[in-house]
Amino acid sequence: MRYSALSILKQGLTGNKSWKPVWREPEPKKSYDYIIVGGGGHGLATAHYLAKVFGGKNIAVLEKGWIGSGNIGRNTTIVRSNYVLDGNQPFYEMSIKLWEGLEQDLNYNAMMSQRGILNLAHSDGQRDAYARRGNAMLMSGADAELLDRDAIQKMCPFLSFDNERFPIKAGLLQRRAGTARHDAVAWGYARSADIHGVDIIQNCEVTGFQMKNGKCIGVETNRGPIKAKKTAVCVAGSSSRVMEKAGMRLPIESHVLQAFVSEGLKPTIPGVITYGAGHFYVSQSDKGGLVFGGDIDGYNSYAQRGNLPVVEDVCSGGMSIMPMIGRARLLRMWGGVMDMSMDGSPFIDKTGIDGLYFNGGWCYGGFKATPASGYCYAHLLATDTPHANARQMRLDRFMRGNMIDEKGVGAQPNLH
Amino acid sequence: MIINHPLLGPRDANEFVHLGDESLIDRPDGMADDAANKFHDYMYLRDNPAGKYRELWYHDAGDRSWLVVTRDTLTHEIFNVELARDVARARGRSK
Repeated sequence: MRYSALSILKQGLTGNKSWKPVWREPEPKKSYDYIIVGGGGHGLATAHYLAKVFGGKNIAVLEKGWIGSGNIGRNTTIVRSNYVLDGNQPFYEMSIKLWEGLEQDLNYNAMMSQRGILNLAHSDGQRDAYARRGNAMLMSGADAELLDRDAIQKMCPFLSFDNERFPIKAGLLQRRAGTARHDAVAWGYARSADIHGVDIIQNCEVTGFQMKNGKCIGVETNRGPIKAKKTAVCVAGSSSRVMEKAGMRLPIESHVLQAFVSEGLKPTIPGVITYGAGHFYVSQSDKGGLVFGGDIDGYNSYAQRGNLPVVEDVCSGGMSIMPMIGRARLLRMWGGVMDMSMDGSPFIDKTGIDGLYFNGGWCYGGFKATPASGYCYAHLLATDTPHANARQMRLDRFMRGNMIDEKGVGAQPNLH
Repeated sequence: MIINHPLLGPRDANEFVHLGDESLIDRPDGMADDAANKFHDYMYLRDNPAGKYRELWYHDAGDRSWLVVTRDTLTHEIFNVELARDVARARGRSK
């Protein structure tokens, strides 16, 4: 059923009785051309683009729990393309362009809201670095504006401008950045993939890979073996656990990142704001809650919950840049498990095993990448060649010395 | 998390810095023929287990000792804490 204003009107007048389930619940078939392991945002996006853009047929998405139960439902919903390096920025700008047309493409309201992201600078050096970053963004076709203090004051009068230690000197604004409704992104991709014939199979855990003559020919699951010409793993957070079953060790550690939401408030924060001196980022949801987060806890964890020292650290960062939030009460906090790669950048690549593909290592930036990740992964699966914008996201880049060390601290494992 | 330091007793994990897998103690031989491959694996690849994990913590805001902590990455429960020097010397290092 195509969603439109007319369909809402029609359903409303007939008691909302004939809405259909948004996707089917098919039984797994004996074999598929493509199996995508992991029904999160990236896996569902991959299925959508593979079926719709690249003409893939006979596709299944296998999900251990329910779709969208991982990090697509746990992030702070920020969408942006303000990177510097060649290996990253064109990819994220491609993602923003896909975000801009996402709702029309999916016929689904993902509540994409281009309310802008403002990165604050607190020293002259940081302002220079943001000027350079802005230039790199402009060269990739993205938008960027360097704001002075007065312009920021007009936009966000509530910030702590004269903080003795970290006064606000400037800001880098990307107006096309913003937020999207995270769950709706998963549901929209799932619905569209389903309409294009993809079998979305929930409660189906992959317990191993079927190998024959060094080639991956399918997967073992708790619902029986399923054959596949191509198996595409897309399980960021659990990448090491799944790829271990294929005998692979990855340049990834799993860490916990916490996120927070306050009680609902009247509209106060215009877009997404990031603090340049501490690690703190905040936006306001359409329900009014302040959605914010900070650093990862800093130790390996699969627990989906963090500890109090980081709660304190994030909240003190918030108090430092916008003292007004001290009046708001914290409503909820939660944790998600991040694939922290050794250089802070992701992987979309073939593995050393024929028929087995890998997508992961998204660190704490996977949400914004969802459309481009799905598109580039589908490209790799359909054509066996990397998409131009993801060609550096290789698993062997550490061996070759071609790290994508975006953070500007050099290639340094353990410095997450 | 509370880390039960072998010398100082229970200390808040906030005083420590986490480095990573305990296998980082076993630095490969830089003069070996396949040193490049060995160092790649040593530097960049991880077992990253879900469950019991032996890892290095540094007592940054304390006595600056390196510890090997055995911890469950699914529950954050800590089972055992040893001085990293004891672990290394038991393997024949720095005799």
